[in-house]
Amino acid sequence: MIPELGHYALALATVIAFAQCFLPIWGAHRRDARLMAAAGPLAVAQLLALAVSCFALVYSSVVSDFSVTNVYENSASTKPLIYKITGAWGNHEGSILLWALILGLCGVAVTLRGGGLPSSLRARVLGVLGGTSAGFMLYAVLLSNPLLRTWPAPTEGQGMNPLLQDPGLAVHPPILYLGYVGFAVPFAFAVAALLEGRIDAAWGRWVRPWALLSWCFLTCGIALGSWWAYYELGWGGYWFWDPVENASLLPWLTGTALVHSAIVVEKREALKIWTVLLAIGTFSLSLSGTFLVRSGILNSVHSFANDPDRGVFILGLLAIVIGGSLALFAWRAPKLAEGGLFAPLSREGALVLNNLFLVSICTVVLIGTMYPPFADLLFGAKISVGAPFFQATVLPLVVPLIAAMTIGPVLPWKRAQLAPALQRLWWVALIALAVGAFAAIGWKLLPGIAFGGAAWLIVGSLAEIAERIKLFRLPFRQSVARLGGISPAVWGSAVAHAGFGVTVAGIAAMSLATSVIVSVPVGSVEHVAGYDWKLVSLETLPGPNYISRQATIDVSRNGKLVTIMRPARHSFTSQQITTTDTAIHTMIYADLYAVLGDESGGNAVLRLHYNSGAPLIWLGGLIMALGGVASLLDRRLRVGAPARRAVAVTA
Amino acid sequence: MTLRRHLLYAAPLAIAGIAGVSFLAMLRRMKTGAFDPHDIGSPMDGKPIPNFTLPAPGGGKGFSTADVLALHRPVLINFFASWCAPCIDEAPNLVALAPQIPIWGVAYQDQAPDTERFLAQFGNPYQRLGADHDGYTAINFGLYGVPETYLIDPTGIIRARYAGALTGDIISGSLMPLVRGMS
Repeated sequence: MIPELGHYALALATVIAFAQCFLPIWGAHRRDARLMAAAGPLAVAQLLALAVSCFALVYSSVVSDFSVTNVYENSASTKPLIYKITGAWGNHEGSILLWALILGLCGVAVTLRGGGLPSSLRARVLGVLGGTSAGFMLYAVLLSNPLLRTWPAPTEGQGMNPLLQDPGLAVHPPILYLGYVGFAVPFAFAVAALLEGRIDAAWGRWVRPWALLSWCFLTCGIALGSWWAYYELGWGGYWFWDPVENASLLPWLTGTALVHSAIVVEKREALKIWTVLLAIGTFSLSLSGTFLVRSGILNSVHSFANDPDRGVFILGLLAIVIGGSLALFAWRAPKLAEGGLFAPLSREGALVLNNLFLVSICTVVLIGTMYPPFADLLFGAKISVGAPFFQATVLPLVVPLIAAMTIGPVLPWKRAQLAPALQRLWWVALIALAVGAFAAIGWKLLPGIAFGGAAWLIVGSLAEIAERIKLFRLPFRQSVARLGGISPAVWGSAVAHAGFGVTVAGIAAMSLATSVIVSVPVGSVEHVAGYDWKLVSLETLPGPNYISRQATIDVSRNGKLVTIMRPARHSFTSQQITTTDTAIHTMIYADLYAVLGDESGGNAVLRLHYNSGAPLIWLGGLIMALGGVASLLDRRLRVGAPARRAVAVTA
Repeated sequence: MTLRRHLLYAAPLAIAGIAGVSFLAMLRRMKTGAFDPHDIGSPMDGKPIPNFTLPAPGGGKGFSTADVLALHRPVLINFFASWCAPCIDEAPNLVALAPQIPIWGVAYQDQAPDTERFLAQFGNPYQRLGADHDGYTAINFGLYGVPETYLIDPTGIIRARYAGALTGDIISGSLMPLVRGMS
């Protein structure tokens, strides 16, 4: 009965979403206050119905109701409870439902926080959100329904993909989706502004917190995904330029550009049309990334069930959402007035430069990702594009981006002179050069440049704060007192830029990581990166729904025990799949990383890594997101934009 | 001026439109089987290996078609690269397979120091090693990507091709039965 209830609620939510799309937009067009006011209650009703539907799916999974096809295909009664819950969104059908639920949440958030919006803008934003929801839920109901029954009911499920049976992956999709779907709100604001035919500084102020919040989630989501690949795939790498990874990087790049260009709209009423295009583009990339991966057009090492029929439906949906908004853009944007002139050398100019670099990187990654299927379609050529292409094309664009990131925040608005800015930054440049030269002589040129860039970013951010509190120019006590006076937006940009610096440092250090692959008997000792790794024992252990083969490795340095590592291989009983369980010992500046491979003739294959800098990569991502949250707090003080949720999540 | 402005603002729509139509064509062909990013066909199956002479990664002699033919034994030619993540996954399987059949490696579009570091880290299963710097030999083989492995019979005919990493299942289920059938 419960699945039917959920099925029903999903259909109801779809109908409500269609109403939420048409009534308010029609009302805004006719200036009918009653129709416009319907948007809020409809958004709440849609979310309630969706919540019932999601509950039904999670419930069916928890009680192992294998008459529900989706539960039968993706679950098993032996699966631990936590994965029965999280497994509900670990598959295609469930993930679409999660996607719709988050979109519904966005609608309600706009309803609750959008009290200060002009009623017609609010109605149009909610209408656009409703329309997007409606499309996805229609897809869920017609082609990807997670609540359909199968008859006769099987007594046992087929089990879950063991790679997904992992705590990291339980939280990864919701956070990544919050990022992807969150960009639906700036998108809705952009489309609503095009419908209204008017954009001003206030519009920039309303859009920016939503873009920032989504950006924070997307940043965390990508960092988590990269971390998951690092410890679960057991290859010792963190980024493989795989289409799935690129699909999440593309909206992050344009989203980062959006977060910056929205500042210019808000402060200077310039770059308005560009910002609207970025808002549309970011959400379009989020949507198409999901489509390309799920439809199987892109060949990925992460495999998903592919279904061209579903692909055609989603493509139609994309044509309406993306094509419709871009057509509206082509029609209305030329009529929008541009304002706010500025000299090329100014804060605005620096932000434009940042946008240019980010969008260029995005274009390069997009071309690298899309070239194989297009080459196949047009020339019948089978080509794969790998890391060398991305490294050769992205790196030259990142270097000037990093250079500009520290100079930009010290430039004044409207018109600036380079000399005073450089005067403030000469000692930062000196430190960066020293660090870079030191690293380049000690190791190699490329990591040296990267370390120098990281120092430039981190020290540059500190310099920005030092400048604000007039450190060394006022008595120390007064300087400290001024710390509290710095606006959260300044903290935000300093922290986020420093966070990027930490990530760059991590990537640079990771390029110097060392590892060996050995086939050794129990009792033997390996020397890697100054550590002694002793294989103490190999044993077989039972798990909840797998059998595990575990190695115990004592790692010591100069005779002193550092840690005991236990890498393992899990053989899942319900599927013929073996996964590796990496053992990682984190020391913040580096990871010790061990993987157990196959065994033959009493010897076990071990892969032992010393991953210098690895934790910094994700720590930097987290710091970047914290910077975003700090920036959000600024909005709340001034205009009461949403910040409460963001704080609660990161806490 | 205004026409240019309108054209400029319509450009994103045009790009999205072209992409959309292309995706539709891909989906259509996926249905009929004409477009399948996972199935890469094997035009070289049953044909003699192409003519090539490869240097070793650091310079010097690698191996050539004549060397393969002179072997008179089944041999695997494995294309790999240090920049390829699935190759790392494949490495232990190749190391385990090496005692059973000669494996000759081709480092595909790779720098010699990177190749050496890769082999030092993840094991070297290769009896002989060649470097395909410009990728021409790969084109003659009809390489789809790395890793990719070709099974050559004692007369120099390509008997099978495996795109992607060789897994234990592929080795025991498909590769080794073919090898056993040859001797």
